Amino acid sequence: MRLYRLLLRLYPAWFRVEYEEEMCAVFAARRAQENPITLWCGSIVEILSNALGVHADVLRQDLRWTVRTMRESPGFALTAVSVIALGLGATTAAFTLLDHVLLRPLPFSHPEQLVTLYQTDFSNRNPRTGATPPNFLDWRTMNQSFSSLGAYVGILTPMNLSGQGDPVRLDAATLSFDVFRTLDVRPALGRSFTAEDDRPGAANVVILGNNVATSLFDRAGNAVGRTVRLDTRPYTIIGVMPPGFAFPWRDTALWIPLKTWDNRSNRMLVVLGRLRPDVPLPQARADLNRIAKQLERAYPRENAGVGIGAVEMQGDMSPQSRMLVVAVFGAAFCLLLIACTNLANLLFARAMVRKQEIAVRIAIGAARERLLRQLFTESLVLAIAGGALGLLLAVVATPSLGILVPGALPIGATPEVDWRVFAFVAVLTLGTSIAFGVGPAFRSSSVADLNALRTRFASGGRTDRLRAALVLAEVAGTVTLLVGAGPLMKEMWRVEDVDPGFRAGGVLTLRTALPIAMPADQRHEFYSRVLTGVQALPGVISTAYISFLPMTATFGNFVVTVPGMTMAEETRAHTRFVTPGYFTALGIPLLRGRDVSGLDNTKTPPVAIISQSLAQRFWPGQDPIGRQINHGTVVGVVGDVSVRGLETASLPQVYLSWDQVPPGMAFYAPKDLVIRVSGDPMALAPAVRQIIHAANPEQAVSDVQLLEEIVSSQTASRRAQLNVLSAFATVAFLLAVVGIHGLLSFAVSSRTPEIGVRIALGARRGEILGMFLRQGLALGVAGVAIAVPLAYLAAQALTSLLFGVQPGDPLVYAAAALLALAMTAASSLRPAFRAASIDPAITIRIE
Amino acid sequence: MNVLALLPLPPVTFHILLALADQDRHGYAIIQDVEARTGGELKLSAGTLYRSIQRMLEQGLLLETRDRPAPEEDDERRRYYRITKFGVEVARAEARRLSQLVKFARESGFAPGRA
Repeated sequence: MRLYRLLLRLYPAWFRVEYEEEMCAVFAARRAQENPITLWCGSIVEILSNALGVHADVLRQDLRWTVRTMRESPGFALTAVSVIALGLGATTAAFTLLDHVLLRPLPFSHPEQLVTLYQTDFSNRNPRTGATPPNFLDWRTMNQSFSSLGAYVGILTPMNLSGQGDPVRLDAATLSFDVFRTLDVRPALGRSFTAEDDRPGAANVVILGNNVATSLFDRAGNAVGRTVRLDTRPYTIIGVMPPGFAFPWRDTALWIPLKTWDNRSNRMLVVLGRLRPDVPLPQARADLNRIAKQLERAYPRENAGVGIGAVEMQGDMSPQSRMLVVAVFGAAFCLLLIACTNLANLLFARAMVRKQEIAVRIAIGAARERLLRQLFTESLVLAIAGGALGLLLAVVATPSLGILVPGALPIGATPEVDWRVFAFVAVLTLGTSIAFGVGPAFRSSSVADLNALRTRFASGGRTDRLRAALVLAEVAGTVTLLVGAGPLMKEMWRVEDVDPGFRAGGVLTLRTALPIAMPADQRHEFYSRVLTGVQALPGVISTAYISFLPMTATFGNFVVTVPGMTMAEETRAHTRFVTPGYFTALGIPLLRGRDVSGLDNTKTPPVAIISQSLAQRFWPGQDPIGRQINHGTVVGVVGDVSVRGLETASLPQVYLSWDQVPPGMAFYAPKDLVIRVSGDPMALAPAVRQIIHAANPEQAVSDVQLLEEIVSSQTASRRAQLNVLSAFATVAFLLAVVGIHGLLSFAVSSRTPEIGVRIALGARRGEILGMFLRQGLALGVAGVAIAVPLAYLAAQALTSLLFGVQPGDPLVYAAAALLALAMTAASSLRPAFRAASIDPAITIRIE
Repeated sequence: MNVLALLPLPPVTFHILLALADQDRHGYAIIQDVEARTGGELKLSAGTLYRSIQRMLEQGLLLETRDRPAPEEDDERRRYYRITKFGVEVARAEARRLSQLVKFARESGFAPGRA
């Protein structure tokens, strides 16, 4: 019989209370009559199936009850579900980003063995520079810690690829043959580089990325063995990398061997190494120090003060990028806390309202366990509905966080929603909803709490304090987020207000980078044909070529000297070659003298147009026209332009004639075409492409974009940061509004009889209104008081994101605090008015 | 609750209603009655019985009665069940439904008797 009772434990407790004794009696009667073996077998099977059935019956009932109660108060259900969805969705998306960028191992085998090596140069106070090729070769032969070392050029090389369909411009990485070996990756098709490919003078070979190979040859398999032209030189395709392979940068499309190994002063290489399995990083560092000392002795001139640094490749990124990702996660976590707080508050309020209902039901004999189970089911349904919506939100929001992924990492741009994170957050929300959905009801039902039947006037002091604390936490979280977003917003407005020195609207730009080896007369011919053709298109106001558009290149800064004048410091200027009409096309004011002309060519003396700041520096208060600088005779003065972008101070500018590019400067020959148009600039692009194709069918066209896009991309990362933080702040704000509104509404409902009595006894409605408004505002003020120091700490941690903005900016704090107070006031208004409009006659009659 | 919403009745439910038609019974008596009525063909297990009873109580087909037999026949652990007015209505409706079915079966020649 003991065994039978044990089996009955499978039933819900309330069911046992009702029927256990009788079932035992039936079993005992049967035992007297039947064969024990068949009886036991039958009993076990029927108890298993029936107990399960009873549980299912209960679940069905509870679900029906849940749906009914939700229909009765759809506002509550909607709010709870959206609160869960927001918290869950945002946190999952943000943590997915964090995980993608910082935590997840790099997509290579044994990523923990991968190390980035660099030169340090403390004689020039430079903690991290690239390695020179001969140093790299020495490291490779002298080290005892790495199973393999490889090196690549630290900046990508854009190349024209032609000879297969339309010419395209692609980003190439130049690397030593052993980079792929070090990473332990192999081409999916064809072969990898060998030491032979890397020898100076070896035949030109290239490995393509999967995307390029498929777009050029339809199938990647068709690419291997074919020949393409890269910057007009033929290269044989020896392999195609697997899909998704991104190294060293996200957009790298092809890889070519480095081949040049001399020059101990060109610090162009990033070195990566794979540690031997038995060598820890500190031991490798000691080994590298030894090598650095030996090299310093061997090459005292080039390697004086040069050390070798090594860091793990995982997470090796700028502190700014790291900070951004951490900030997003911090914001999301803040939001999750707010959401959980809010959910707790909502459920708690509901449980308090139900306290009475539950007490009544217990009094008339309902099983406590069944009531709890009902509440549990309700919490579960809310959590599951919210969770499903939250997952949807995470899936939608995560790709848009991709813009925050630093481009200089060897990982894909779009993080995928991380299931582990979702599971963690889901458990947290589930825990919250169950703890606060069932907990308070449990407490009220565990004491035979018939008091709840009587205590309509009492508003429990302890629970009120808990709820108020939850709301305080929400206000504090919101203010912290607002303070975080405020400086970003302020800084972005400031940056967007900076005058770039040219008019960006209505200008189409594109790049046609001519091969460096192209003879000068062919270049001249190409520019003339393109410019003449484009100028003849309808709607074109003016068009011109320049070496590099403003905000697209920070290099090309050359020393400017004036014969016979000694300056205290060396003056450098952004030096660009332009065709006639460039200043008109960009709307840069010509302040004095003239533009370059078609007559300024190799046969005439070189001319220069300088920017106003340079003129003032050399000849303050005098006319610079006709003066000499090292580049030629000054023939004009134009306005200054923000060459380095809106946020950094630019050098003065010097413009030289397109027909007077000195030998050896072909890299700086004009390549960016600008076209000022009266209509839609982009509509012109196809016609311009045709003209370029007619002028030179081999020439690739790249970077077709509006000048406006270039300018706005200056603030793009800032705007992205701001959007993300603002989104979080807005959501937090809304959640806090819901929370405060909920708290006060609840207070009003639970105190309705008391208020009725007060009004009946002569309290004026203004006093009641004031009472509730004061309560709301007190919460707001207390929340702000807690939040400000917190926000200050958070903002200090964010300083690397907020260039030029001090974490203690009082204006931002004042604005955030005001907003938070306005929010509390606004969300207390409705409940307060409701309280003030209570009709004493009705409430007292109900009592 | 609507009578028709409960039809068709699960056979066990119908048998329990039949067992309670003439008198109140406790659980084990219901089992014995059903067994006798069906000539031993349907032997309700305790689990099936009480799960059905629980559901029937909630549906309002039965109620637990406080009238108990004379103390010498009684066992205090027993609970006695009585069919409600609604239970009677439902049982009648189910019987109508079944006889209708049998009538159709006769007409098709599936069952013996007059068409």
